[in-house]
Amino acid sequence: MWAFLHRLASPRHFYHLTGRWIPWLGAATALCLATGLYLGLWVAPPDYQQGDSFRIMYVHVPAAWLSLFVYVFMAAAGAVGLIWNMKMADCLAVSAAPVGASFTFLALATGAIWGKPMWGTWWVWDARLTSELILLFLYLGYIALQNAIEDPRTAARAGAILAIVGSVNIPIIHYSVEWWNTLHQGPTVTRFDKPAIHPSMLWPLLLMALAFQLYFFTVLLMRARSELLWRERRSRWVRELLTQDDIQPSAEREEATP
Amino acid sequence: MTPRQRRMLWVGLIVAGVSAATFLALAAFQKNLLYFYTPSQIAAGEAPTGYAFRVGGLVKKGSVHREPDSLAVRFTLTDGAAEVTVFYDGILPDLFREGQGIIAIGRLQPDGRFQATQVLAKHDENYMPPEVAEALERSGKLPPVDDFRRMGR
Repeated sequence: MWAFLHRLASPRHFYHLTGRWIPWLGAATALCLATGLYLGLWVAPPDYQQGDSFRIMYVHVPAAWLSLFVYVFMAAAGAVGLIWNMKMADCLAVSAAPVGASFTFLALATGAIWGKPMWGTWWVWDARLTSELILLFLYLGYIALQNAIEDPRTAARAGAILAIVGSVNIPIIHYSVEWWNTLHQGPTVTRFDKPAIHPSMLWPLLLMALAFQLYFFTVLLMRARSELLWRERRSRWVRELLTQDDIQPSAEREEATP
Repeated sequence: MTPRQRRMLWVGLIVAGVSAATFLALAAFQKNLLYFYTPSQIAAGEAPTGYAFRVGGLVKKGSVHREPDSLAVRFTLTDGAAEVTVFYDGILPDLFREGQGIIAIGRLQPDGRFQATQVLAKHDENYMPPEVAEALERSGKLPPVDDFRRMGR
């Protein structure tokens, strides 16, 4: 296990290993997404109060979960990069930020679209919505900070500290609906006392959550690979890789001609 | 202490320090972060009288009265322990119905009525197909919207 992680920490191995994983991850994402959307939008019954409008939760809830997950991932990767001076961790944290920001935006936008007909308003300043908006600003601040600092090491260090400090917002978002009176409803899925959601509606939701999770890892690895190539552009393995790519097509041509 | 351990300590200190600061700040603002007051809090005189605030509760069954030729409506909000009568003139959200959790924004009048300028529906965390809801209602087991009672503590 440790040997495997050590291999992953080496940029060259990371690049080659993840290159092989991405097609599989992408295929699994597409499969889960297609099944989840079909079950959620066609098979699941309409809600007893909201009718068909509740189906937006199949995008809203996974997006909101992922917005928290990606932030925790980013802060953890930042901390690893800070403590162990691991370049790979910095690279992953930087690559995760725009994906997390997109999930946060998606959660806020779908929430507003659902809120207008159901609550009667696009937006309210209750604890859940406000803390999620702060999360979006944290992501944007992180991205801006990364772009403002030229040296990748300094940028990674400053970004990691911002991400770690901002991570106090994560439990606030999660527990906001329990600590304070909010317009946003309380947790449905993570409640253990009684089933708050019918199984026929819950399964598509869990499948969609899995699809979003797989999508995140697929996109993360793709972004991290290109980020890595740029950061390591002066190293030997990248040069070899690039020249290899130049040679390969011509070698194939030579084979094809006789 | 190795440099790595020192960095670990620093990260730990940052997290602990920021958490403590946030906790103190939130504890200090606790009252302002309450999105709405419950009818019990109003009955206990905790709600402000000079300016607009929000009140949340369940629409009491059989309490909704509409004016025949206007949008004006009057209903009673309850949290199980206390009640407040709300007057409102405007469009109600889709989820507005008797027994539904509602948040009304407006002012408390000197006579104890609540004059609302906006009415929002609070959705609870229960999702089920209509047939299941019907079956639960027949057996009297439809989950009560316990949100407001829980918050009235």
